[in-house]
Amino acid sequence: MREPNGTPRIGVYVCHCGTNIASTVDVAAVRDAAESLPGVVLSRDYKYMCSDPGQELIKHDIAEFGLERVVVASCSPCLHEETFRGAVGEGGINPYFFQMVNIREHDSWVHRDIAAATAKANDLIRAAVRRVRFHEPLEPRRVPIDPRVMVVGGGIAGIHAALTLANAGKQVYLVEREPSIGGHMAMFDKTFPTLDCAACILTPKMTQVRAHPNIQIMTMSEVEEVSGFVGDYRVRVKHHPRFVIEDACVGCLECIDACVFRNGKTPDEFNLGLSKRKPIYIPFPQAVPQVVVIDPEACIEFRAGCRKKTCVEVCAERNAIDFQQEVTYDEVTVGAIILATGFQAFEASRLPQYGYGRLDAVYTALEVERLVNASGPTEGSIVLRDGSTPTSIGIIHCIGSRDKNTNEYCSRVCCMYSLKLAHLLKEKTDAEIYEFYIDMRTPGKGFEEFYNRVEEEGVHFIRGKVADVYPEAGNTGRVVLQAEDTLAGMVRKIPVDMVVLATGLEPQPDAEDVRRTFNITCGSGGFFTERHPKLAPVSTFTDGVFLAGACQGPKDIPDTVAQAGAAAAEALALIDAGHIELEPNTAFVVEERCSGCRTCVGMCPFSAISIVDGKAVINEVLCKGCGTCVAACPSGAIRQNLFEDEEIFEEILGVLTHV
Amino acid sequence: MSGYQYYPGCSLKGTGKPYEESLLAVAEALDIRLDELPDWNCCGATAYMAVDELQATTLATRNLAIAAADGRDLIAPCNACWLVLSKTAGHLADDPGLCSVVCGALQATCTIPNGDGPAPLSYDASVPIRHPLDVLVNDVGVETVAAAVTEPLEGLTVAPYYGCQIVRPLAPFDDQYDPVTMDRLLEAAGCDVLGDYPFKTRCCGASQMMTMPDVGVDLVAMLLEDAIARGADVIAVACPLCQFNLEAYQSKAFKRLGKKGRIPILYFTQLLGLAMGLSHRALGLQRSFVDVKPVLAGRSSDA
Repeated sequence: MREPNGTPRIGVYVCHCGTNIASTVDVAAVRDAAESLPGVVLSRDYKYMCSDPGQELIKHDIAEFGLERVVVASCSPCLHEETFRGAVGEGGINPYFFQMVNIREHDSWVHRDIAAATAKANDLIRAAVRRVRFHEPLEPRRVPIDPRVMVVGGGIAGIHAALTLANAGKQVYLVEREPSIGGHMAMFDKTFPTLDCAACILTPKMTQVRAHPNIQIMTMSEVEEVSGFVGDYRVRVKHHPRFVIEDACVGCLECIDACVFRNGKTPDEFNLGLSKRKPIYIPFPQAVPQVVVIDPEACIEFRAGCRKKTCVEVCAERNAIDFQQEVTYDEVTVGAIILATGFQAFEASRLPQYGYGRLDAVYTALEVERLVNASGPTEGSIVLRDGSTPTSIGIIHCIGSRDKNTNEYCSRVCCMYSLKLAHLLKEKTDAEIYEFYIDMRTPGKGFEEFYNRVEEEGVHFIRGKVADVYPEAGNTGRVVLQAEDTLAGMVRKIPVDMVVLATGLEPQPDAEDVRRTFNITCGSGGFFTERHPKLAPVSTFTDGVFLAGACQGPKDIPDTVAQAGAAAAEALALIDAGHIELEPNTAFVVEERCSGCRTCVGMCPFSAISIVDGKAVINEVLCKGCGTCVAACPSGAIRQNLFEDEEIFEEILGVLTHV
Repeated sequence: MSGYQYYPGCSLKGTGKPYEESLLAVAEALDIRLDELPDWNCCGATAYMAVDELQATTLATRNLAIAAADGRDLIAPCNACWLVLSKTAGHLADDPGLCSVVCGALQATCTIPNGDGPAPLSYDASVPIRHPLDVLVNDVGVETVAAAVTEPLEGLTVAPYYGCQIVRPLAPFDDQYDPVTMDRLLEAAGCDVLGDYPFKTRCCGASQMMTMPDVGVDLVAMLLEDAIARGADVIAVACPLCQFNLEAYQSKAFKRLGKKGRIPILYFTQLLGLAMGLSHRALGLQRSFVDVKPVLAGRSSDA
């Protein structure tokens, strides 16, 4: 084993953390015990080491007593390692000549016996004192940042994030896999609780995106592959063919009239199949870009070859239709990425007891959004599948939410959108409306007031989960909702003409692929995980990749927009620094000992290792310092800053040596 | 040795006698061999499981162990027996600790006849536990059943009622929410089956009928009222407890509804037997509390 760097002069500081540590650990005794350790020239205890006076103490002692190493025994390094490194650095020695000991989370908070907790603190400090002697001076790494940003997903979250960044002068690529941006919000009629028209507030933003010189929209596009690292991400984008040249099409829509299909035959995706569209179509009137799209599954040109090609004829002047288009790829470089990939509505047929897909009277909430919408399949009048207008309507909450058989979580928006739909349906039909709820969750600005308003409008609220929906006997066309009314303590059977299933929000079906592509994590429900639920709500564990909107968890429009703004601000803060500083605790290869066996390459969870000229090379920007390769290398050829063998062995010996 | 082992359970020897009679008659007509499990005992039903799980499991396992010695699939026609035996087999497979305790107890106290005299009863894995609906649809086949029909029950409208225990919590052979095996067999018998009968898997009241008769009678009333409203002549069942509750409590149920009415509650095997031309007596029809003659009048097997 190497000799220590001479015998450096070590200072030890024991923090009381108010009474958090001092009530369980005898800090004075710990201070005294530390003083007698080899190399320790000074040992102090102090009420709050993280406070300004606490930090000043360290700086002062470095100057006064010539300290060369510092050990602070306080809380978790996650909280204050940066703080104390800063103080040590300002005191005039290398910030990495510092070791932190956690005697709070690892000791005082988890023990009751004062003598034992004190002994444990002594052991941990002894380990740190032995370890810190071997610390080497290190410098944080600096890498430059590409100022461009990619936003993935063109719903309200992606739109807002892209506009915020573009308005700040950043170049933005907005990637959307559908033919138009707009997302789910474009499908809604009104928004709760203010009843703003969704289109009226969304479409101006869509138009701004379209017109913004700093935003490049890529529709019908998906991210295929991401390589590189924060500040320098290389993103490969796949463009699906639209069969219409975007720059040539002016959105006159004459081709749609000219199509040989007199009527549409394909279920219209935007209206959830409640209407039909032609093979050449525009997703919805306010689509951005205002460009038609051809569905190769439906267009006869792709099946049989159509002699007439009426769409091509009518577009002869602009010649925008191109049946030869193929999949193309682009590679762009960006410094940061914002994921705003949204959600999918819960598939209601997964709960067969509610009859969706089997009983004509049963609709999902999203379908009803289209039905009440003036630009929807019925131009806003409530006409059921059998052509009738409902006189009684049941709305069932929590379909695919708060249910251990499907999703345990609350989808957060369903109570409120159910109230909104109740209001709109009441307004349009004057039907009797029954809302079956488990709990009413209205915790937002103006939400409870809206609930009261809808109650006053005469909507009936029944606290109970509907057990099943079945057709009424006697071919009435109505269906019966059976539920236990838990307030009245009785079973209710209510026949209605129409049922609305308030389906919950789920992660996109390919969220797992997206997670893998961007190297981030998913929680138990499948939504993307933020770095910290409270303090880093839009960051991920991958630097430079941020989250916005419902891809991170169910949320309403105001929360989505707020989060998108936050994600854009985080991306701006990253980019505008011009460069980033990275922890120097990376692994490195001792070239002469490396046999090129490649064991480390597959082990690295961050794809940071490659083989160059038969030797492993670690990209220190990608390396997160996890140490997997260090442990795995069969010839001991990989070492890691701050985790050198001597440092670790001394730490172990320190813990195990009771003096 | 082809065919199946047959576990009648207590009910099919008592109130469910017509189920046994009709099942055996139909099996014979279809040339299916059923051998009664030797020295079987009570499955424990739902009641014992609630009192003492370990003892209830041991009781049911004794039947599984006897069946395992033979090795052929075990048919349990009563829904409760079928569920208890299926659950027990599952628990034993999932929990080796439980399995060794239970098997140890059986080995120490029970024997099984062997060539040289009684041998200790051992158990290592269950034979498949089968319900007659499963066997008739998936082994015999609906086409074979249809081919055996000589007197299709045309014009007889039947509400198929499965009860809860063959679809909850396990549903290995049919859809949990909308089971159809009985529908298909009854269609093969020529019946008009009420495909939209919404209560096919609702509770019949089960043993609540003893402890909370008000609740039980309400449930029965709901099942009967809806079947009649949809035009059913007969309700077909696959469980002796469902049959008993729906039939024996009819007068109370109709009184609760403030209506007059009677509707025969027949085992699906009785209807299959009728369609195969078997006599009323062979199918135990004379044991019904509700007179079946009005709905079956004019059919040639009416003996």
